Amino acid sequence: MKNNILVIGGGPAGMEASAALSRMGYNVILAEKEKSLGGHLAKWDRLFPDQIPAKQVLDSLLEGIKDVKCFTETDVNSINLLDRSYNAMLSNGITILADAVLLASGFDLFKAEKKEEYGYGIYEGVLTNADLEKAFKEGKTFSPAPMAIGFVHCVGSRDEKAGNPACSKVCCATAVKQAIETKELYPDANVYCFYMDLRMFGRHYEDLYLRAQKSGIRFIRGRVSEVSETADGRLLVKAEDTLSSKPLKVSLDRLVLMAGMRPSKAGRAVGHQLNLTTEEDGFFSSADNLLSIQRSKLPGFFYAGACTGPKTLPDTLHEARSAAMEIDRYIKENFRK
Amino acid sequence: MIYEGKKKIWAEYQKEIPEDHYFYVRSCIRQSFFPASEATFLDITRNKLGKDIFETEHHTTCGGIAYHSDAIPQETAMTIIARQFALMKKYGYENYVCSCITSFGLYCETLETWREFPELQQKIAENLWKTCHLEFAKPKFLVHASDLIFKYRMQIAAKSKYKLVNKNTGEPLRVVEHIGCHYSKMFPSKGVGGAEYPYVLVGMIEAWGGQIVDYPERRHCCGFGFRQYFIKSNRGYSLANTHKKFESMEPFKPDMIITNCPGCPYFLDRWQYVIAETEGKTYGQDGHGIPVFTYEEVAGLVMGYDPWDLGLQTHQVSVEPLLDKIGIPYDPAKKYLGKNGKNLGQPEKPHCLK
Amino acid sequence: MIDFGFSVNPSSRINLDAADGEKFHRLAALEPDALKCMACGSCSASCSAAAFEDTSLRRALLSLQNGLSDDAAKLLSHCMLCGKCTMVCPRGINTRHLILSILKIYSL
Repeated sequence: MKNNILVIGGGPAGMEASAALSRMGYNVILAEKEKSLGGHLAKWDRLFPDQIPAKQVLDSLLEGIKDVKCFTETDVNSINLLDRSYNAMLSNGITILADAVLLASGFDLFKAEKKEEYGYGIYEGVLTNADLEKAFKEGKTFSPAPMAIGFVHCVGSRDEKAGNPACSKVCCATAVKQAIETKELYPDANVYCFYMDLRMFGRHYEDLYLRAQKSGIRFIRGRVSEVSETADGRLLVKAEDTLSSKPLKVSLDRLVLMAGMRPSKAGRAVGHQLNLTTEEDGFFSSADNLLSIQRSKLPGFFYAGACTGPKTLPDTLHEARSAAMEIDRYIKENFRK
Repeated sequence: MIYEGKKKIWAEYQKEIPEDHYFYVRSCIRQSFFPASEATFLDITRNKLGKDIFETEHHTTCGGIAYHSDAIPQETAMTIIARQFALMKKYGYENYVCSCITSFGLYCETLETWREFPELQQKIAENLWKTCHLEFAKPKFLVHASDLIFKYRMQIAAKSKYKLVNKNTGEPLRVVEHIGCHYSKMFPSKGVGGAEYPYVLVGMIEAWGGQIVDYPERRHCCGFGFRQYFIKSNRGYSLANTHKKFESMEPFKPDMIITNCPGCPYFLDRWQYVIAETEGKTYGQDGHGIPVFTYEEVAGLVMGYDPWDLGLQTHQVSVEPLLDKIGIPYDPAKKYLGKNGKNLGQPEKPHCLK
Repeated sequence: MIDFGFSVNPSSRINLDAADGEKFHRLAALEPDALKCMACGSCSASCSAAAFEDTSLRRALLSLQNGLSDDAAKLLSHCMLCGKCTMVCPRGINTRHLILSILKIYSL
């Protein structure tokens, strides 16, 4: 008999884990609340550091789950632990008895309008990383061509007051990637990145930074403090140039906010039903942050991806495969003696 | 500018303002800076709108000027404030309205401090009893007088004689609003509309026909800053702050400025004279400045008060061009006559500022 | 004009709108390495002059980007072109050559 495994969330983590579990011979059921699979990846145009099209990655992931039963537009209405299996009722009316559950509920983008001083939703020239990526994906350009564009790192990250003291890990690399792509689209524009620390930790990330520098992108070390509109409808942006210890102002046509990662609302709703604990940052607590990140404190309930904190895409995919192995071990130890 | 976006933020910072029955306390300096503003507030609320606004001659300063100038410790300021609140209770009120922004900020700060440190509140209550034999009390609602005019803005509009509209073009007047720093920067939730896009004065301007100018330095301090101004050698710094604001609002060609703080209209008004006489620069039309008003003065103007009864002759920047724009009549011959009809004497004409 | 005994204090704020980008573009065209500085401070730390005079190539480059070429001139005026900074620069910038180009383009 094949054991049922329920995977909650059809983003990269959920898809990759489903593919791995399905290859291992499990009966995988994948539930995704949105209309289509792919999570944030499906909304992205190109990926750092090598600017690989997101669609190419998404297609490969989809290829891997051909044999997986996927329910889209499906929420988990209720879930509870029976004797040793989980009973989940999905919003499509189907009830599943699963011997293991993998939560891959990912993240929601920080709501940039919460940073009132940046004027998202108030000034037309202010957009988010996701808005810009959508414009790239749809091939939309700004008209007239902007003369100056800024990128603000750490929007809703490293910000206790905004409720998130942690680093969102991907925003620096995303900002530098988007700045390069913007500069390529508008070579005559002045492009600025406002950063606090540049966290270019991954393979090829530093190359991306150097490439951005060489293309003339100006890196200003300082967090944007306020944004306002000038008489001619441009954006006046203020920050401190902390490297010269002086306040600075510049007029821009567009300002792109790198909204950070917050635990997903949908994931929290599932966690709430099972009384899963979260850490101070709002992301789920693993059984152990070094040795068993994929295990929760409940038997048979596992995590993969950004539901346990901000992750890059490669991190997420590794975790998904590792979660599949953990689940396999758990099933073998508990159900096949 | 996406107006809907601002409305969303305004909706998040709603403050409960009771309709009636207030204990009113004045500002230390407004009666000499803008002599008719507080009288106009009382006349509008009591006589025109029929509200119960109580005032007693026994109230004092809140201690804010001394506190912010490091002349008295916080506990002393708190005891002074406790006495004010006790007077409110003594006269049978639980809603407290103050005329001054410095006071408002200090009241908010004090109430928050007491909430956080009940043992300190206990000590202040003891101080109050020892020194004044008054019973400690806290207001149920604390509002600034501009909150109240904001609350009554539609009632005032209903009784208005003039609109903030250019009578020649029919266009709404372009109005800069300036909020006192201590109105909502310390406690955004205590101000109507919050601190980033305060709505308290915007609401009045919209209700009375004007259009708000959202200029980049709208959050910047007027330049008062208490001890930053008191010493002459610091005044260039105070002046620089005001200068920065005017340079920022100039491209928007504002017709007027409305404020809700005692210090701000004073500095925004008088420093225009100093900037004109030292830099040769004026910001209004044809060598005039941009007239600066308190919210009571603007309420008085739209309700048809005589400009000289509102004390507008004590402003440095001449208000006549604006009165002409709106179509408010005034008698130039009566500008410098006192309430008793006697000539007050005429100020010397500035060289540069018209 | 009246002397009040005080006047508007000058602003120390950098205004990038007023910065002369044209000269910096010329510099970057001649010396692409000018763009590679990552503000590590190795040049100033090893600088023979910096211990005695306010000298820093890092800050000079920053000043030029901020449109403050007078500040850059001061920060380079005590340079002895000894080349210690070239030895330590992790980005491999030919700092001596860069300094000479700055002086030429900005006529410092």
